[in-house]
Amino acid sequence: MTNSIEEVLGADVIFVTGSNTTENHPVIAAQMRQAIKRGTKLIVADPRKIELAKDAEVFLQIKPGTNVALFNGLMNVIIEEGLQDKEYIKERTENYEDLEKLVKDYTPERVAEICGVDANDIRKAARLYAKADKAGIFYAMGITQHKSGTHGVMSISNLALLCGNIGVESGGVNPLRGQNNVQGACDMGGLPADYPGYQKVNESEVKEKFEKAWGVNLSSKVGLTIPEMMKAAEKGTIKFMYIMGENPMFSDPDINHVKKALENLDFLVVQDIFLTETAELADVVLPAASFAEKDGTFTNTERRVQRIRKAIEPVGESKPDWEILMDIMNRLGYKKKYSHPSEIMDEIAEVTPQYGGINYDRIEKIGLQWPCPTKDHPGTKYLHKGKCARGKGLFMAVDHTESAEQPDADYPFILTTGRMLYHYHTRTMTGRVEGLNKISSESYIEINPSTANKLGLKDGDKVKVSSRRGEITTKVKLVDIINDNIVFMPFHYADGAVNYLTNTALDSIAKIPELKVCAVNIKKIS
Amino acid sequence: MVSITINGKKVKVPKDYSILEACKELGINIPTLCHDERLEPHAACRICVVEIVGMEKLPTSCSTKVEEGMEIYTHSQKVREARKEILNLLISNHPLNCLMCDKSGDCKLQKYCYEYNIKEVEYVGEKKNYPIDDSNPFYISDQNKCIDCGKCVRVCSELQCTGAISFSERGFNTHVGVPFEMPLEKSDCVSCGNCVSVCPVGALIPKRKERFMYEETKRVRTTCSYCGVGCQMDLIVKDNKIVEVHPAMGPSNKGLLCVKGKFGYKFVNHPDRLKKPLIKKNGKFVEASWEEAYSLITDKINEIKGKYGTESFAGLTSARCTNEENYLFQKLFRAVIGNNNVDHCARL
Ligand code: SF4
Ligand code: SF4
Ligand code: SF4
Repeated sequence: MTNSIEEVLGADVIFVTGSNTTENHPVIAAQMRQAIKRGTKLIVADPRKIELAKDAEVFLQIKPGTNVALFNGLMNVIIEEGLQDKEYIKERTENYEDLEKLVKDYTPERVAEICGVDANDIRKAARLYAKADKAGIFYAMGITQHKSGTHGVMSISNLALLCGNIGVESGGVNPLRGQNNVQGACDMGGLPADYPGYQKVNESEVKEKFEKAWGVNLSSKVGLTIPEMMKAAEKGTIKFMYIMGENPMFSDPDINHVKKALENLDFLVVQDIFLTETAELADVVLPAASFAEKDGTFTNTERRVQRIRKAIEPVGESKPDWEILMDIMNRLGYKKKYSHPSEIMDEIAEVTPQYGGINYDRIEKIGLQWPCPTKDHPGTKYLHKGKCARGKGLFMAVDHTESAEQPDADYPFILTTGRMLYHYHTRTMTGRVEGLNKISSESYIEINPSTANKLGLKDGDKVKVSSRRGEITTKVKLVDIINDNIVFMPFHYADGAVNYLTNTALDSIAKIPELKVCAVNIKKIS
Repeated sequence: MVSITINGKKVKVPKDYSILEACKELGINIPTLCHDERLEPHAACRICVVEIVGMEKLPTSCSTKVEEGMEIYTHSQKVREARKEILNLLISNHPLNCLMCDKSGDCKLQKYCYEYNIKEVEYVGEKKNYPIDDSNPFYISDQNKCIDCGKCVRVCSELQCTGAISFSERGFNTHVGVPFEMPLEKSDCVSCGNCVSVCPVGALIPKRKERFMYEETKRVRTTCSYCGVGCQMDLIVKDNKIVEVHPAMGPSNKGLLCVKGKFGYKFVNHPDRLKKPLIKKNGKFVEASWEEAYSLITDKINEIKGKYGTESFAGLTSARCTNEENYLFQKLFRAVIGNNNVDHCARL
């Protein structure tokens, strides 16, 4: 997030798009609703009439995969009506002309057609957002998990720049991160092209810096992304994989493909707290300690580095992941030892500019938000204050493109996927909490009554859902929060795992799979 | 800033402070039942009354602002008597089964009755007789123990903003419930437990399997391990087991949690947890020592490196592990194995 969670309370307008906040980030949603009670106005754009839509001043129930068109449409209205922040654009941005030219074609009428919404609602939303003094945009996987995901993010940033909302308190563009430490995993260089702190592996000064810090020679070749790893494993060029705390046999699109890939390896090590679907395929499984059994830090979605603390001894013979990794490094001849995670954080601070001022003493009571470059830096509440990090905010005009898979005669429905409140990711944890399972223990597919009617389906009917990649069985849940011919499935369940169906078509830039849109067929099982 | 005198001591405090806030800052403990610093003062339970020189009545400290020259007594005889009276009224129809109550040891009513030296029930009132609502999978509502402080209803409607519960009926029969006397299960309740966390007595209480007393537990401040909000919370631990979770006043959660943070901790001590390294032999997993597992892994790494080179390795690090662990994981690949094939499920 460019801004902080508590700033939600100071916003004049909140624009939520592609995030079912009440289910996925419930405590942020609660604060959004507090703000609404105090007069903040809400705009929601989502394919489903999510909980928050009830509180919205304007709700745009868009067709899945049409985000970019919508944002361009909003900007068209804003520029047509002269509501953009001209001074901000002049002083703090560049490339505005390209944007102006591009969005000219995105008239509300045309966009209404693409998105399946009312042109006047587009106008209303545009005015509301543009006229607000401070307006924050909040988004999640509903924007990124598309072939056009990166473009979606660029469009959001265009919209925010257009109205002078970047670098101001209670404004900004705020991606809500799914898993607890996605932010930290990225910050720490859990990425094929980046060392910790997003320092590029193919830049020679960076490489030299890390070679010096770590005392070894390093490779400047950008590594493989997950989908590329899976392809390489299937082809046989990747022989050995080490998977720590992830369950790609479940969360990745096209599970059949992942399975083939992992089975083709010479050796697979999986390190986790439970025997996950992925661990089942391993040659060696290492038992890891849970978050309650170790010290460390997580970085939340507002860039705040916060402590976790050891509350109980590791269960059985399990060990904290850091200890296991250190043991293996030591055995492979790399002799560096750490006696406590705080020492690892000190090393992180030495090589990672954004974390330069962070140590365990400073975050004992309250976490610090990066960038925090020095020991006396108070941390950063919101980014781009005064000016954008890269100098000027850059408009990146992008066109709407259709999703990779469109419904056709064989697969006439659009399936979109998401999360729900009572479960988390692949349910390795929540699936083992009795009460959570009591509330919702099996997979389902949300269908609206008129679509169900056409198919002769009732609530609770068992159905076979198929796509070009696979098929699963699940149960019908009739809902009125989704439009005709569009269906929704949560991705948490192993029985009827939706990722047997989803598409591996990748966003060409961020390599994010198009989990949010695929074409399916639905048949009743008698 | 204004100058006031509290219990004979002269102090300066900001002028927008309530007497309660001023006392808190000075480390003076004033009992409260309905107060929550995140909500507007409610002045309903009246147990926070103090004496102000020159004032006939005892004002509630939560709702009275400090004023220049105020002379305040927080524990005078008169104040103590008034608090005692309030407590006496509260227990007149209370079940008083502290022996069997899960809240015992963490109950404000119990604590204050002891502190204010209540020796017996002075007024014997008619006891309430509500059925216990245990329809929610995570918590129980026993309205016979409710002292009508109103916190649960206000937290649910003003902070959690779900508005699932409200006060039904008035007067003696006032109790917290769901419209039309439906069970909680049938309400809009999302089981966040934020009402449970603020209830000062045993009227809203988590369902528990373990028997424990609060004095046998320790509290450990940590960060929720589920989503990216990073809510701060305290794990309540007894005998190497998490037995309860309480929300803390973290910057991103301000004392709130969701159902996963509050009630989703039981996976930690679940029997399915992996307890030993496993090595697959003839298609079946067999338990192994760390030594065996480590040797096998390092042998394989060396063998495959020798045969196919450093590019034949890839690793997935984890959005669920700590920063320190993610750092070491990528360092293992980059510095020790020798390539950049590290990724994680950020994209998913
Ligand atoms: S658990 Fe949460 S939603 Fe349910 S009544 Fe309590 S505060 Fe309201
Ligand atoms: S149930 Fe608890 S929190 Fe709610 S009004 Fe009664 S005593 Fe107060
Ligand atoms: S308590 Fe809920 S909202 Fe808070 S971090 Fe945990 S899962 Fe996220």
